Amino acid sequence: MNTVLRVEGLTVHYYTLRGVVRAVEDASLEAGKGELVALVGESGCGKSTLGYSLLKLVPPPGRIVKGRVLVEDKDIVSLSGEALRRARGELVSIVFQDPFTTLDPVRTIGDQLAEVMTEHGVGEEEARARVGELLESVGLPRELAKRYPHQLSGGQRQRVAIAAAIALDPRVLVADEPTTALDVIVQKQIMDLIDDIRRRTGMAVILITHDIALAAERADKIAIMYAGKIVEYGPKSLVLRNPLHPYTRALIASVPDIDSDKWPEPIPGYPPDLRRPPPGCRFAPRCPRAMPVCKEKEPPRIRVADRIVSCWLYRGG
Amino acid sequence: MVEVVTVVARKLRLGLGSLLGDLPGAARKLAIAGTVIVGVIIAMAVFAPLIAPYDPTKMVDSPLLPPSAKHLLGTDMLGRDMFSRIVYGGRIVLWVVALATALSAAIGIPLGLLSGYHGGKTDRALSMVMDAIYAFPSLILAIALAAVLGPSPVNAAIAISVVYIPTYFRMVRGQVLQIKATPFIESARALGIPASRIMTRHILPHLLPTIMVVFSLSAADAVLTEAALSFLGLAVRPPTPDWGFDLYAAKGFIQSAPWLIMGPGVMITLLALGLALIGEGLGEKVRRTIG
Repeated sequence: MNTVLRVEGLTVHYYTLRGVVRAVEDASLEAGKGELVALVGESGCGKSTLGYSLLKLVPPPGRIVKGRVLVEDKDIVSLSGEALRRARGELVSIVFQDPFTTLDPVRTIGDQLAEVMTEHGVGEEEARARVGELLESVGLPRELAKRYPHQLSGGQRQRVAIAAAIALDPRVLVADEPTTALDVIVQKQIMDLIDDIRRRTGMAVILITHDIALAAERADKIAIMYAGKIVEYGPKSLVLRNPLHPYTRALIASVPDIDSDKWPEPIPGYPPDLRRPPPGCRFAPRCPRAMPVCKEKEPPRIRVADRIVSCWLYRGG
Repeated sequence: MVEVVTVVARKLRLGLGSLLGDLPGAARKLAIAGTVIVGVIIAMAVFAPLIAPYDPTKMVDSPLLPPSAKHLLGTDMLGRDMFSRIVYGGRIVLWVVALATALSAAIGIPLGLLSGYHGGKTDRALSMVMDAIYAFPSLILAIALAAVLGPSPVNAAIAISVVYIPTYFRMVRGQVLQIKATPFIESARALGIPASRIMTRHILPHLLPTIMVVFSLSAADAVLTEAALSFLGLAVRPPTPDWGFDLYAAKGFIQSAPWLIMGPGVMITLLALGLALIGEGLGEKVRRTIG
């Protein structure tokens, strides 16, 4: 499978007045054609920041400090100005969490979709013509082009947002919790649509979610993030069936299982303050298997079989 | 003539009435009253040659005649018909006020958009300049500028516009900062929509209601400023009829011909009142929609 997206050593810091927040530290991952990579972690672990930096869209005072985001051999991080503007939408696109606020309330759906195309060099008439096809490709009737966002349901709006994101056939689609604001039935439909799109177009999808069950259901690969670092990354079946990192294990154990008598086990403690992350492994203070070395030195990235894990437990390989 | 005026007034009222559809009774009545007042004054200025019985710049009778059927508001110290002067005088005020508000909007709005959207050093520098202008007493600033530029309607308009640029700038910039943080702007950026288009197509439309309010309120204020400039002889040269200047001229005869100050004084007040009422009504609507 040929790689479409390669993230190498991406580091993102927020320079706030109260200190430097190390939101993403040395993150690396890859996504192949049509692959869905789920970025799983709890709130504030940096998964959304990582997602935004794939479009170099980190809000100030955030800055990408280091690393590369390669989409078809173009490094998004190194782009700026017009080239960056073109890359957004043409190479990488994003679908946001809340479909109720991501569409401009005062302009029609058709207008907004056509605008995405015309601003990327598609002629006015062709863009108008393609709006209909685009709506149909996300399972909406063509007539919706004349409507305003407030006339649509949440699910329909999210479909419109997806239509806008895929209008220029980008190679990578970042989906930032695209179903969190929707009810479960609509969630399934939206995820089905995303699956359908990536199979049809070969778009790689980076799914950002806190819902490990959703990742289990849809992903090809899973990257588990904790406190700004990817602690475990590999094929879904490996990561879920045989989790290596203690955090991954704790995360899986914390999910309620309807078929089992066991209660979900919460993870004791809180994630660290990312302005002053603990020295060594960031999970060490909460880790049931922490060793002295964990609190002193950051664990290296260790390749175990087909996956990568950042944990001293596997130092021997 | 009266029919034309009422038709125009009704048209304006209808246009504004639909805009004010869901306003509570009181605010709506105020806004409609304002529109009628302003509408009548505009119609009067536009159709001045049809309404005014005499040439406003020519001596037509003995000076300082009291109001009569022949001269509704009497004659001034040079024997010119005061009613005709009032009718024509509206032209200068409206022209200067329209030009001044248009100018300040044309400069203040784009600057506010750019400054608010891009932020950074330019934003800080611009905001400082605008605050400095804003901090000046507006009338004194306008007088100083008009005095430097020399007396003419266009120069008066320029002087007045400078005073109101910061009003637009601050309002627009503040709102841009707010709208910029909404997800649909972020989403437009994520889709590679250029900044210029985001500003004009995605942010500006959301500002229009507020801009209209500021527009009518600053116009009301500008009427008073124009009158003041013209009172001081900084807007027009005699014998051009102008309310502010006529007020100044009438001041000298306040003992012998007190009716002379009535016309210009009442008209200036009415026009400012009308514009302020429109602004208040629209403001109520905006507050209701937003808050």
